[in-house]
This record gives sequence, structure tokens and C-alpha cells, in this order.
Amino acid sequence: MIVYTLKRLALAFLVAVTVSMVSFMLIRVSGDPAIALAGEAASAEQIQHIREHYGFNRPLLVQYLDWSWRALQGDFGESPYFRLPVSQIMGDRIGVTMTLGGYALVFAVLLSLPLGILAAVHPNTWVDRLALGIAVLGQAMPSFWFGLIMIIFFSVTLRWLPVSGTDSWRHFVMPTIALGYYGTPAFMRLIRSGMIEVLSSDYIRTARAKGLRWPTILFKHALRNAIIPVVSLAAVQFGFMLGGSIIIESVFALHGIGYLAWESIGRSDLPVVQAIVLTLSLIYVVLTLLSDILNAVLDPRIRVK
Amino acid sequence: MSSYISSSSPGETGLGLEVVFPSSRQIVRRAMLRHKGFLMGLAVIIVVTLLTILAPVLATHDPYAQDLGQRLIPPVWQEKGNWDHPLGTDNLGRDYLSRLIYGSRVSLLIGLSVMLIAGLIGTTLGLLAGYFGGKIDMFVSFLITVRLALPAVLVAVAVVSLIGGSMRIVILVLGLLVWDRFAVVIRASTQQIRPLDYVAAATSAGCSTFRILAHEILPNLMNNLIVVATLEVARAILLEAALSFLGMGVQPPTPSWGLMISEGKEFMFFYPYLITIPGVALFLLLLGFNLLGDGIRDVTAPEGR
Repeated sequence: MIVYTLKRLALAFLVAVTVSMVSFMLIRVSGDPAIALAGEAASAEQIQHIREHYGFNRPLLVQYLDWSWRALQGDFGESPYFRLPVSQIMGDRIGVTMTLGGYALVFAVLLSLPLGILAAVHPNTWVDRLALGIAVLGQAMPSFWFGLIMIIFFSVTLRWLPVSGTDSWRHFVMPTIALGYYGTPAFMRLIRSGMIEVLSSDYIRTARAKGLRWPTILFKHALRNAIIPVVSLAAVQFGFMLGGSIIIESVFALHGIGYLAWESIGRSDLPVVQAIVLTLSLIYVVLTLLSDILNAVLDPRIRVK
Repeated sequence: MSSYISSSSPGETGLGLEVVFPSSRQIVRRAMLRHKGFLMGLAVIIVVTLLTILAPVLATHDPYAQDLGQRLIPPVWQEKGNWDHPLGTDNLGRDYLSRLIYGSRVSLLIGLSVMLIAGLIGTTLGLLAGYFGGKIDMFVSFLITVRLALPAVLVAVAVVSLIGGSMRIVILVLGLLVWDRFAVVIRASTQQIRPLDYVAAATSAGCSTFRILAHEILPNLMNNLIVVATLEVARAILLEAALSFLGMGVQPPTPSWGLMISEGKEFMFFYPYLITIPGVALFLLLLGFNLLGDGIRDVTAPEGR
């Protein structure tokens, strides 16, 4: 177990370093970031000033080491747009994105768990087809469009929910549904196929032969085993949902880091963009690390692989 | 197509009838013709393909021609609609049907090109990792993990905005980003095929590694490859629409469905058809590719469900 954990930690560390390099290089894909930061109207002198102020004239490796060393201490530099530390701006916004991601994850699991189980218990019935239909529609539904349609229906026609903003839980209802539905198909399929596989295994037959009550078999014996891969999927999906928040948050003008990223890209606030890409990637790395270790605790077979 | 019962060799069985079992290809073909989802998906894609090919014939107007005297005419089924503009006009007086028809070209072109680039990268990586295993496998798995950790939409939006949006850039950026599923699936299938006898036979016959990969392994994972490729076209189309919706994809005045939704967003409270029409088109196209992909999987490789 210790060996596995250490190996997994080393991998996570390597991924984190690589991801930080990518986010570092990201704002340099167009060549000189000073020109992008300065804007179109800047003079050569201003560009030179920015270049020196941000240290873009130093060798790349030095810049990277300096940036990553500061980032490690939570210092992502200063936003040229807000004239504030990037970490402070992000700190104000990240709670909204985390809340949205959390709600969306809960929504996706609550929708797919009962349907997935029912579909597995009654394959090729209307429940199964309903579950499959919801999954297929979810795959094909562009989440930003779904969000706009909900706004027209629930906010404009029915006047039940506010169009945009972050003030109360009511503002989170439609974004949660839009983002959560996007994550639902993966859960639904995994729960359904996992349950079908487990239900056809020998130990379930033994349990039935012993005369155990069906709900006991279903929830205590079958679900427990089928749920293990769902834990890993939840970690992965939560990461994807945080990444996908850029679309949903800009539809609903929800002031999280996704919306912040979109606005920052529009106004060439590159240090903020860089910090958000790095933060979201690192959250994903940590989540998958934790879920892998949790899985190894739950299922000893994984450790020896 | 031959029938189950052939009378080609009368006399041998004494009955004048001989049972001929259908070839596996015939079984697959018959299963496909019975699979409703597959047929529906195929129908949608054929219709959209015809739209893209026949766009100059079908479009009644120039999709770029603005006529400010004809702004925001509603579709024909609403009051004030007329048959000159069956789906109405947008805020610049451009014919919505013609823009929708030409928009299908953008979606299909980007979807197919991104799929080809991503497929080339992902399949190569997956083949190498699955065939050689060991260090190469570790390296490819590492690349996949890094790729999954990066928030795809955010990175794509940032890169496109820094380099400048054009169709070519969008295709290239998305192609370099979404190869992960190809790599994961092809790696797993290659690992399954690798220990089979015919691979060992080819190895002992002295075939080159390239020949084994190209002539022994690749043809045998074609089914899985086609399934992933179909689903990935849908993902690429969805990503392009999302990027264009965020204003960082295909640039105006190109008729892209995502861009049409984005442009219609401003007017959606009073003219909801501006977003429902391109949204429904996008949804149907994505549904078509998803149904087709799921259908092919059900028929050719049901174990991958």
C-alpha cells in the first residue's frame, strides 16, 4: 500500500510539473506576451517597459522557475487589468465555481444512480430505455444552448428563476442543471453496466440462494461493488465540470473563475488566465490522486497491479 | 446478398437444400438494418451531408448578404413571417435558412478534420503504447494523464484568442487537444490483441514491427476505431460550437451554428427563434453522430458498451 501510494504520488508530482509548464507556455504561444499584454495601441517603449516589469526579457527557464516557485507559495503575480494580486482575485471567485461544480456533481449522481440501478435490474424495459434516452440526449445537448433555453422558459416565460447573477441559491438552479446534465451520461452508463455485471456474478446468486431479501442483496452486496468505479469517475467528472464551467458561467453571468477566465481572455489579462488553467489542472491532479488511493484502499487488487 | 438457404449444390444432401451460414459481415449488416438508433443517426447524417454538398443549390439567399430593411423577420410559422425567408432573418437581415445550410459546412468540416488529426495522434500513441508496453506505455499513459488534467475548453479558448481565430487555427488547436479518447481506446484494444496467436505468427514469420501494427493489429481494432471516430466527430462539433459561442472560435461573418446562437443571444428574449433554430440543428446533428456511434458499437463491439 505504501509503495503504491508513493508511486502514485510521484506520478501526480510529474503530471503537476508538466501541467505547470504547459500553463506557463500557454500565454507564450503567440510569441511575445508583452505585446499581448500591452494591447494594440501601445508604443514600442511601453512594450519594452512591460517586458522588463514582468521579466519577459529573461531566459525562459529562469522565468519558469521564478514563476513556479512563486506559484508554489500561492503568488501568481499581479493582474494588469485589476492591479491586484491574481491570488486575491481568484480567491474571491473560486468559491462560486466550487459550489456550482459540487451541486452539478450531486445533481448528476442523484439523477443517474436510481435510473442506472433500475435500468440494470430491469434491462430492456421502459426504465432501461428511459435511462439510455436521458444519457443519449445528454451527450448530444450543447450545454450552453440548454442553458439559454432554460433561461427563456424558466426566467422569461414562467418567471420562476433569476436570469443571471450569484446572489442566492436560486441563481444556481439552472447552471447546476445545465452543467450536471452534461456529466450525467457517463455516470448513467457506468452505474448501469457495473450493476449488470455485478448482478450476474456468482456471489449474488449465492446470496439469493441463501434467501437474503432482495433489497439487502441489491444495496448491501451489489451496489457496494458497482459503486467503486463511480468514485473514480466522480473525481474525473468534477474536474471536467470545473473546466466546463467557463461555458456555463458565461451563459448565466455567474461570477466564478470560469467567467473570470473568459473575461480575462477577452481583455488579455494573461497572468489570471495562466493561474486559472494551472489551478484547474492541479485540482484535477489532486482529485484523481485521492480517488486512486481511495480505490486502492477499497480494492486491494489495484495495489499489486 | 445471399440467402440462408442455397440450392447451389443439389444432390449432395439428397434434399436439394443445403444450409449456408451467413458470413459475419452479413450478420453485422442485418443487425445494423434492424438497429433503430443506428438508422436514425445515419439518416440525420445523410441529410446534413446532402445539405453541405447541395448548399449552393438549396440556399435561397447569399448567407452573407445583409439587408437592413429585412431585419428580424420571424420564421414562416409565426405571424409576420413570409415564405421569402422560411426561417426568418437575423439582426442584420441575413436569411436564416441560408445561414443554417452553410453553417452545416462549418460543423462537418471542423468535426471531420479535428477527428482526423486527433485520430492520427491518438491511434499512433495508443498503438505504440499497447504494442510495446513497458516504458513507452508509461510515457503514453503519462501524456494522456497530462492531457486530461488540462481543461480543454479553457486552453482552446486561450490559445485561439492569442493566435487569432480562423477555421484552420480552430481545427489545429482542437485536433491537438482531443486525441485522448482515441489513445485510451486504441491502447486498451491493442493490449487485448497483442498476445493473440496471429500476432505471434506474424512475429515469427519475421514481419517488421510496422507491418504487424499496420496489417495485423490495426485492421482488427477497426471496429473500435470507427466507434470512437464517430463519437469524436460529435465531440469536435460540440467544442467548435462552444468555442464559437464564446466568441473565440470561427469568426463572424462565417455562418457557424455556435456563432449564430451567440449572435442571437442578445435578442433571444424577443426573438427566441434566433437561438432555438441553430440550437435544434446542432442538437440533431450531435444526436445523429451519437446514435450512429452507439449503434455501430452495439452491433460490432457490444463488449465496449
